[in-house]
Amino acid sequence: MSWVGNAIVAVLLVAGVFIWMRARRNRLWREAMAALARRRRFALIILGLYVAVGMLDAVSWVGGGGVQGVAASEARSVIDRIFKPSVFREKSYSAPFASAEFVGGAALTFPGRHVLGTDILGDDVLYKTLKGIKVALLIGGLTCLVLIPLALLFGVSAGYFGGRIDDVVFFVMSTLASIPNLLLLIALIMALGKGTLQVCFALGITGWVGLSRLTRAETLKLRELEYVQAARALGVSHPTIVLRHILPNLSHLVIITFALLFTGLVLSETILAYLGIGLDGSWGRMIDQARNELSRDPVIWWTIAAASAALFILVLCVNLIADALRDILDPRTLRERA
Amino acid sequence: MLAYIVRRLAYGFATVLGVLGVLFVLFFAVADPDEMAIRAIGERASPETYTAWKHNHGYDKPLLLNPQHSWASIGRYTDTLLVEHYERMLSFRFGRSDSDDTPIWTRIREGAGPSLSLTLPLFVLGLLVGAALSLAVAFFRDTYIDRSVLVLCMLGMSVASLIYIIAGQYVIGKLLRWFPISGFDTDPSMIGRFLAIPILIGVLAEFGGTVRLYRTVFLEEVNRDYVRTARAKGCGEIRVMIHHVLRNALLPIITNVVLAIPFLFIGSILFESFFGIPGLGALTVEAINGNDFSTLRTIVYIGALLYIVGQILTDICYSLADPRVRLGAEASG
Amino acid sequence: MNGQLLGVEDLTVTFPARGGRTPVVDGISLTVAPGEVLALVGESGCGKSMTALAILRLIAKPGRIEPGSRIVFEGREVLGLKVTQMRALRGAGIAMIFQEPMASLNPVQTVGNQVIEALRLHERVGRAAARDRAAAIFERVGIPDPRGRLDAYPHQLSGGLKQRVMIAMMLVMRPRLLIADEPTTALDVTVQAQILALLRELQNELDMAVLLITHDFGVVNELADRVAVMYGGRIAEQGTRAEVLGAPRHPYTQGLLRSIPSLAHRGGDLEEIKGTVPSLGSWPAGCRFATRCPKVFEPCDGQVPQTVSLSETHHAACHDVARDQPE
Repeated sequence: MSWVGNAIVAVLLVAGVFIWMRARRNRLWREAMAALARRRRFALIILGLYVAVGMLDAVSWVGGGGVQGVAASEARSVIDRIFKPSVFREKSYSAPFASAEFVGGAALTFPGRHVLGTDILGDDVLYKTLKGIKVALLIGGLTCLVLIPLALLFGVSAGYFGGRIDDVVFFVMSTLASIPNLLLLIALIMALGKGTLQVCFALGITGWVGLSRLTRAETLKLRELEYVQAARALGVSHPTIVLRHILPNLSHLVIITFALLFTGLVLSETILAYLGIGLDGSWGRMIDQARNELSRDPVIWWTIAAASAALFILVLCVNLIADALRDILDPRTLRERA
Repeated sequence: MLAYIVRRLAYGFATVLGVLGVLFVLFFAVADPDEMAIRAIGERASPETYTAWKHNHGYDKPLLLNPQHSWASIGRYTDTLLVEHYERMLSFRFGRSDSDDTPIWTRIREGAGPSLSLTLPLFVLGLLVGAALSLAVAFFRDTYIDRSVLVLCMLGMSVASLIYIIAGQYVIGKLLRWFPISGFDTDPSMIGRFLAIPILIGVLAEFGGTVRLYRTVFLEEVNRDYVRTARAKGCGEIRVMIHHVLRNALLPIITNVVLAIPFLFIGSILFESFFGIPGLGALTVEAINGNDFSTLRTIVYIGALLYIVGQILTDICYSLADPRVRLGAEASG
Repeated sequence: MNGQLLGVEDLTVTFPARGGRTPVVDGISLTVAPGEVLALVGESGCGKSMTALAILRLIAKPGRIEPGSRIVFEGREVLGLKVTQMRALRGAGIAMIFQEPMASLNPVQTVGNQVIEALRLHERVGRAAARDRAAAIFERVGIPDPRGRLDAYPHQLSGGLKQRVMIAMMLVMRPRLLIADEPTTALDVTVQAQILALLRELQNELDMAVLLITHDFGVVNELADRVAVMYGGRIAEQGTRAEVLGAPRHPYTQGLLRSIPSLAHRGGDLEEIKGTVPSLGSWPAGCRFATRCPKVFEPCDGQVPQTVSLSETHHAACHDVARDQPE
């Protein structure tokens, strides 16, 4: 299904351009983004690289010369083509930049070309690490894409309409929130199955309650503001008020929560991978499969190091950006600047 | 106060019912009893064996409506899986495991001890270290000490707990050889050696998040007006920190602490399976690997129950600790 | 500065801003004699609260008192005091009460204990004796059922009572100087009058000097012996109450007094000072009031006006006043 990946990339690019153009017109956002670029230049660049690699891996097509071991009709992404996996493969472990196999010492097919070495199956570790980027972005991004609108829907309805609707939504939120996250996650995946979509769905369900609570509380506050009451008095309809007055004032909350959720989700997946219910090709999977390699003698460290480092850098960058955003988008500072 | 407690308990009970509903949907409505029977006893048993298994494990009744009873009788609605599920869970009759037929309650009772022996010291140590360090950081706010600790916290929070465990096991167990890598012993003199690494790693892993959280709490208090008043009276910084800031910051801290107590019983899935500690976390992993729905159901239920109890306790503790809540609103004067 | 209880000279307090540090208090000088009430008046943001905090060295980082400032209390250099000496001074030699009594009292401590703490920080007193003195001062400031109220929490008291508690807490050590930062602004009008009367009584009884920070000329009229008017971190005009309220010379003071609605001019338009206070960092180079002054002329934009003496007690910093003054 190569068109799915291509379609997603296309949509993301268009959405990105669209948001960019809208943001440029709004002075507050422009200043906020400029402040962010100033404070976290390094983190933004690295995150950008990650996203670029992820997109390169999502864009795939059929064609090009036939490659040994891969059917000509299978779609391969840009990353696949750069690394030509089946051809690039060794038989088993080899250390970074080594010219001989780790066990036994037989000569490699591509001596010195494996920057991060090869794993137990002979796959190039750098290749697998780069492919893991797409999976990580998928876990964080896809899940949030479902989770955030859902959380907003429930939170805003509860906060804005109050009364019965609030009681019901609040009860549902309390119930789901009362089940410890990891246990709920496990329960959902056991019940629904272990595919990618199911895992993302389960992650989404465990995540939406927190954001929902925040938006509900914030909406309750916003509803009492004078200009909202004035809009009601003027006869503006509910959907318009929500779209024009409530949602834009929630955007700072959403962005910060998105960043925090993203890291939380990616980290949770590592635990799921350990339990055997993670996503295919993720760094969690890599770490889980390689976890016993450290106890070998001599030690095999490169697979775990690569996956851990890639994960750490991504999470750190997003955390740093989220932190800076929280300062920049603090409503108090936004108001003072305006 | 009493009315508040009663209301809180009632709402908590309603939430328990809600949780049981969610569990019912997940574990009964979605899973197929026939498949579960096959998974448990294999594919070549006789139809009677399957039926017997399903009956023993309570999977042979219809979900919501029992057509075997007439329209008028109440049995139509009560002789169902739904009602039985609620009945059993609420009366703590958990039945037997789906995969190996052992009584679930026994396993849980046996697992609670080892879990607590890990989580309790971990929690207390983490709390003391975290709170002390954050208080010190709040004292040194805006200095390089503050900034370096913040950086450390950020780095610490960005590492997956899985990595902490793997790396920790490697460094402490293999390189330094201070303590055994895994294992467990109930003998009090031996238990310390086995718990040392998981506790050390656990405190390290949580360190970043804890210090950051408490630091925020303390810093919010430090900037308040009444702290300025205390200084204007002639209070020294240390007295300000302990007598004024800490006492007020205790309120949000209590929330965190009491809320965490239920989780002490559930144990940690990761830590127990990595370090070979036979607690409830390990039981959960076993249930996952064995597709043991009944055990899993029970564990999730108990987890939720404890969490709800924890929330109620937290609310009550908070009301007792904060004089504004305890003694009610403004009097006239 | 001799014979004065408090002398402030060239006090400058800066805060970091885009491209360096901006002064919030810019080289002000004032004095307070023993037992007198000096009112420090101005709009919000003119730096009067900062001046008060600076005297007690309570300016929080990143704010900073610039070197070159001088604060002398009872002959001692306040800015040179060691930490322990400063702590001994606070609450005992100089005391300060704040604007929002709810936020300024510790919510989880009884009001009695807060007063007792103030006492025991400066004097060795036993618990029972401290409680007696706390009850006594509660009675002195007019809190009904003083002994019973010792065990009340701040949220159980009304605004007026809370402010009385503040006053009790800060006066229990009989300070020689009381700095009162907008003590009545957050209170109801009727309560305001009571608190002001209380302050006047106590000031007389304890022979205490008061540095009264306010934006309300009614309060100034009630209590002040001398008045200093601040604008943009600088002192625009100072003098006795009769001089400043009766015959103001600085255009800002004149504008302020004109804008007070009065029953005598019913039916007329409200007077106002044109324009708004410039935000921090965008002050004009010369006289700070230049952008809004009705008497602005050439030198105002570029040159900082010097202080001109109109009498022994009356001073104003204004180019217009200077050119009228024969010298």
